[in-house]
Amino acid sequence: MDLFEYQARDLFAKHGVPVLAGEVIDTPEAAREATERLGGKSVVKAQVKVGGRGKAGGVKLAATPDEAVARATDILGMDIKGHTVHKVMIAELSPEIEAEYYVSYLLDRTNRTFLAMASVQGGMDIEEVAEKTPEALAKVPVNAVDGVDIVKAREIVAQAKFPADVAEGVAEALVTLWDTFVAEDALLVEVNPLVKTKDGRILALDGKVSLDENADFRQPEHEALEDKAAANPLEAAAKAKNLNYVKLDGEVGIIGNGAGLVMSTLDVVAYAGENHGNVKPANFLDIGGGASAEVMANGLEIILGDPDVKSVFVNVFGGITACDEVANGIVQALALLKSKGEEVTKPLVVRLDGNNAELGRKILSDANHPLVQRVDTMDGAADKAAELAAAAK
Amino acid sequence: MAIFLTKDSKVIVQGMTGATGMKHTKLMLADGTNIVGGVNPRKAGTSVDFDGTEVPVFGSVAEAMEKTGANVSVLFVPPAFAKAAVVEAIDAEIPLAVVITEGIAVHDSAAFWAYAGSKGNKTRIIGPNCPGLITPGQSNAGIIPGDITKPGRIGLVSKSGTLTYQMMYELRDIGFSSAVGIGGDPVIGTTHIDALAAFEADPETDLIVMIGEIGGDAEERAADFIKANVTKPVVGYVAGFTAPEGKTMGHAGAIVSGSSGTAQAKKEALEAAGVKVGKTPTETAKLAREILGA
Repeated sequence: MDLFEYQARDLFAKHGVPVLAGEVIDTPEAAREATERLGGKSVVKAQVKVGGRGKAGGVKLAATPDEAVARATDILGMDIKGHTVHKVMIAELSPEIEAEYYVSYLLDRTNRTFLAMASVQGGMDIEEVAEKTPEALAKVPVNAVDGVDIVKAREIVAQAKFPADVAEGVAEALVTLWDTFVAEDALLVEVNPLVKTKDGRILALDGKVSLDENADFRQPEHEALEDKAAANPLEAAAKAKNLNYVKLDGEVGIIGNGAGLVMSTLDVVAYAGENHGNVKPANFLDIGGGASAEVMANGLEIILGDPDVKSVFVNVFGGITACDEVANGIVQALALLKSKGEEVTKPLVVRLDGNNAELGRKILSDANHPLVQRVDTMDGAADKAAELAAAAK
Repeated sequence: MAIFLTKDSKVIVQGMTGATGMKHTKLMLADGTNIVGGVNPRKAGTSVDFDGTEVPVFGSVAEAMEKTGANVSVLFVPPAFAKAAVVEAIDAEIPLAVVITEGIAVHDSAAFWAYAGSKGNKTRIIGPNCPGLITPGQSNAGIIPGDITKPGRIGLVSKSGTLTYQMMYELRDIGFSSAVGIGGDPVIGTTHIDALAAFEADPETDLIVMIGEIGGDAEERAADFIKANVTKPVVGYVAGFTAPEGKTMGHAGAIVSGSSGTAQAKKEALEAAGVKVGKTPTETAKLAREILGA
C-alpha cells in the first residue's frame, strides 16, 4: 500500500525523522486556520500518489492565510496525471535550502536483502540519476538482522560521499528512517529531497512510503491509512468479502483457484480474445483452494455486479479439493444468488479438471442450468468464454 | 533419485496440531511420507492418531531431530509465528525446511533468510507461500495432491501451486522425478536456479519444466544460469502477460513495477537461453512431450 505524502510525513515524525510541521485538509476554508497555526505563511501541497505535482502546479506558496485559501481552492479538485486532488497538505515554509539529497530503504528482491540508497543529487527523479549518473547513487546492502545503527549509517553516508559538514546529521536521519522502515513494516521509505538548510538543519521535505499488507496483523493502525475513497467499488466490495480481486478493463469475468492459475487464465483468455473481437479479461479473482458454495457465490456476485462483464469463465483445477465439491459449490451458488434475487443472466463457461473431474462434470451436466456451459480444457473454455463475450458486446 | 526429498526423508511437521497441519499431515501420510513427529511446545509428550498411525509431538525441532533423526520439517505455522518457527528450524540445523505458510511479512522472511545465511546456510529453505515438494511414489512434503501423477523423468520447478498441479496433470502419463513449488513471495529460500542445478545433477531427470510469473527477476537470472550450466532440455511457462502495472496479482511477489518484472521480459530471456516457452500451460506440456518423444 502506497501512502500519501502527509501520511509518510506523520510516520517520519513518529519515528524521529526531522520533518516540518504540516496538516492535511480537504476544504479550502480549512487552509486559513491551518496557515494561521503555522504563523501566517504556508506551502499548499496537493496530495496525490504520483510524481511531478510541482510542475503540474500542485505545490504553491501562500504568504497569508487568505492566500492559502485561494491556493487550496485552485489545487483541490485539480487533475494531476489522472489523479484528482481531494486533499492538500498545509505545510510549514522551509528555511532557505542550501542542498538537496536523496535517501531511501527498500527491498532488494534479487539479493534477498534490504538496500540503502543515497545520493547527494536529490530533488530530482532518482531513476534518472540512476540512469544518467549511476556513480552518484550509492547502493549499500543492509542485512535484515543487523539493521542500520549509527556506524552502518556512517558507512552509507561515506559511500554516497556526503560533504563532511552534513555527514553526521544525515547519518542520524538515516538511523531514524531505518526505524521507520522496520517499525512500520515498510517495503519502501524514501526521502526526496532530504535538505540541508542555510541554518544548518537536515530536514525531510518530501517522502514516499509503501507498506507491507502482509504485516497488517501486527500493524492495527495501518488500516486507517487506506484511501478507501479512491478504491474501485468492486475491489472494495471484494475486499470486504475477503476475496482476492483486481478489476481490469475487459469483458470476460474470471474466477479461478490459485494465483498462478488465475494469472494464467487471464492470459489464455486474452489470447482467445484475439480471435473474438479483442475481448479481454475483466478481472483477476482467486477464490483459493476451498471453493465452497459460499465463496463461489460471493465471487459470482462481485463479477456479475460488474457491468463490463459479458461472460464468465470459471476455471478450477481440483487439487486437494475435489471437483465434485467445486461443482456442487457452483450449483449451490447459482441457487443462492437466485434466492437473493440476483439470478445469473450472463453466460458461464466452467472448466473443471483434476481430482474427481468426471464426477464434477456430471453434477454440472445434471444440473442443466440454461446459462452454464461445460468445456473440459482450459484453452477450449477460454475460447468459448471469449466468443460469448464478443457476441454480447 | 529425485531432488531434495526421497523415500528416506524423515519428516516432522511444525504446526501439525493446527487444523491445516492436521489435514495435510493426514494426506502426506496417505502418500507414504515418513512422518516421524510433530512440533508443539504446549503439547510435547502427547501423540496424534492419524487413522491408526500414532505420530508423537515433540517440544522443539531439536528434540524431534534428536529422537527421530528427522531431516525435513514442513511448516504450517500461522504468519505471526512463522519467523520464530523458521529460526528454530535453522538453529536446530535441520537440512530442509519447507515453509507452506502464506502471508508472512517481508521483514520476517528477509530476517529468517539473513539469519540462515549468518548460520552458514545449513538449512535449505523452500517457500514461504509455497505448496512444498513431492517426489511421486516416495515422499510428499507439503500440500501438493499426491494422486495427480506417478514417478517419471520430468523435473518441475514452479512459483505457483495450482500451475504446478495443472502441469503435473497435463503430463501425468509421463510422470515426474520431483516437483518443487518454490513460492510466490518476494523473498523465498530455494530459487529456480537452485532447483535447476539439482535437476541438472539428478540422473533420473531427463527434462525440466520451469514455471515463472511476473515480479522480480528470478526468471531472467534462471535464464542466465540455464545458458551457462544446464545441458538438459528446459521447457518454460510464464504467467501474467495481462497483469497491469502496480497491481499485486494474488501472490505477494507477483507485481509488475514500472518496466521491471514483466512476463514478456522473462519469456524473452528464457527463449534467448534456448528454453522453449509455451503460450499456455497446455502448449507448454505439448512442447515437453515433443522433446521427450512421448
